[in-house]
Amino acid sequence: MRRLLKIYMEKPELAGIAFLIVLAVVFQVQSDGVFLSAQNLQGILGLMPEMALVAIGVTLLMICGEFDLSVGSVFALTPMVMGVLLADGVPFALAFPAGLATALTVGLINGLITVRFAIPSFITTLGMLFVARSLTVVISGGFPPIIPPDAMPREVFIAFVGPGDMFRMSFIWFVGVAVAIGLLLSHTNFGNWVRATGGFLPAAQSMGIPTSRVKIACFMLCSLLAGFAGTIQVMRLGAPLPSIGEGLELQAVAAAVIGGTALTGGIGTILGGIIGAVLIRVIDNGLVLSRVDANWFKLALGSLTIFAVIVNAWLRKKARAMKVETD
Amino acid sequence: MAPIIEIRELHKWYSGVHALKGVSLDVQPNEALGLVGDNGAGKSTLINILSGTQMADGGTIRYEGRPVTFRNPRDAMDAGIETIYQYNSMVPTMSIARNMFIGREPLKASLFGVGVMDGRKMAQESMQALADVDLHLRSPDALVGELSGGQRQGVAIARAMHFKSKVMILDEPTNHLAVKETQKVIGFVQSLKDMGITAIFISHNIHHVFECCDRIVAMARGEIVLDRRADEVTMDDVLDVL
Ligand SMILES: Nc1ncnc2c1ncn2[C@@H]1O[C@H](COP(=O)(O)OP(=O)(O)OP(=O)(O)O)[C@@H](O)[C@H]1O
Ligand SMILES: [Mg+2]
Repeated sequence: MRRLLKIYMEKPELAGIAFLIVLAVVFQVQSDGVFLSAQNLQGILGLMPEMALVAIGVTLLMICGEFDLSVGSVFALTPMVMGVLLADGVPFALAFPAGLATALTVGLINGLITVRFAIPSFITTLGMLFVARSLTVVISGGFPPIIPPDAMPREVFIAFVGPGDMFRMSFIWFVGVAVAIGLLLSHTNFGNWVRATGGFLPAAQSMGIPTSRVKIACFMLCSLLAGFAGTIQVMRLGAPLPSIGEGLELQAVAAAVIGGTALTGGIGTILGGIIGAVLIRVIDNGLVLSRVDANWFKLALGSLTIFAVIVNAWLRKKARAMKVETD
Repeated sequence: MAPIIEIRELHKWYSGVHALKGVSLDVQPNEALGLVGDNGAGKSTLINILSGTQMADGGTIRYEGRPVTFRNPRDAMDAGIETIYQYNSMVPTMSIARNMFIGREPLKASLFGVGVMDGRKMAQESMQALADVDLHLRSPDALVGELSGGQRQGVAIARAMHFKSKVMILDEPTNHLAVKETQKVIGFVQSLKDMGITAIFISHNIHHVFECCDRIVAMARGEIVLDRRADEVTMDDVLDVL
């Protein structure tokens, strides 16, 4: 038990990985071997990056001590801006950056309002959830814009690649982003500031860290990743629907929490958030394959979130008690 | 010897409250100055201005002979003034090594101020810094949240020493500490003298101040009401003016 706790303290994501393996075995049996078939894995790996990219941003922001409930709306707004421009004949090289710039702007506004007026980001971004969703519908004019078939370089973002076409390009982008943000958090001074800002704000301030700028940067990164993820989904679907990403914000928070991120900030890892996102996808997919009524999905997700928070809190307490004792 | 800090006619208002009413104070190099006073006397306000977390509304500060204005904590830290608060100096969810270098991380390479931290250097130097203040902890990777209150203050002091601070300000570092832990912190303050560091020690507990300071300054209602060498004054004299 002691050794297990020690491992848990050093690599808190391992609990999530262990659970993932258990689930895979269960679903494999329940689905008569379909779950781990190449075709099903291809499906999971093709969809997973879209939600995992959002989870990465939300996890980073939560470690910094803030929330973003507007990611689902930004997920829809960003590709809508791009799509409307593409439909007007603007080239992709301009429309794509314009979409991402919109996402960055939303993040900037979220951050500035939260920091300037010292209001909880829960509220700021709840407002932004409605604002950005409303803008998405308004600029679409009610109909999804018709994007010319070859206006988007789909081969760069969503084409199937790898042995047996196992992955989509989006998976490569996701891995790249995950590694970059993971290293940013664990190996750079900026990562240190993010953890300090979320871990204990007064200490970060008294050590001269520009905490407001750190928070705003995290809001912008989070928003950018949500917008990018939405853009990938739209490329996959071929048309920007104003309703995509609804409910995604809460799934992303759930992913972060399942992966060991604390709601109070300062604690968590990018890998944890990704594992949380994978778990959610796997549960969704596995329930379908096991021919369970799809309406059970939210119940499973909700229970897992609550369970994960309780287990994490308990393990942290245990592990702390153990450390003091060995001093 | 010329004073290391010369404070002249410092004023501070908080919307109606006159928290500092023209405070003047010279701090000599290498002395341990004890600052005492009742709740709301203005002690924290005074040292917040010295440490750059607040700005004065009037008056001047000279540091090592030159006039200075600290606009943020970093300005003061760069000048060599380090402040240790009761709670505020450490992030409990981060490791000792990371706490030691918050905001001053050694970088292997950087672009626009963001860069890759030199993890090995951070681990080695933090253990060395702790050993220098005679604090022997198992690992630089232990979380600060797992340390006792006294150990945390030790790490904060080791950090200040590592960055060669010339003046160390300690705002009630012994609050809520057990007796043994308090003694440890007082020991740290006493050892600063041997290392040539000027200390400003703030405490409610007059016994603690007498134990480790060679000069006692008492504040009341935003003014200095007593300023004597510790061996020329008794605890009762100090208590009388508060
Ligand atoms: N941020 C602030 N806003 C408004 N008033 C303040 C603020 N900080 C301090 N004050 C007021 O200024 C006066 C001096 O406060 P200060 O914190 O400097 O006292 P202190 O001597 O440190 O007290 P304590 O021993 O309780 O720490 C008090 O009347 C206090 O209420
Ligand atoms: Mg005070």
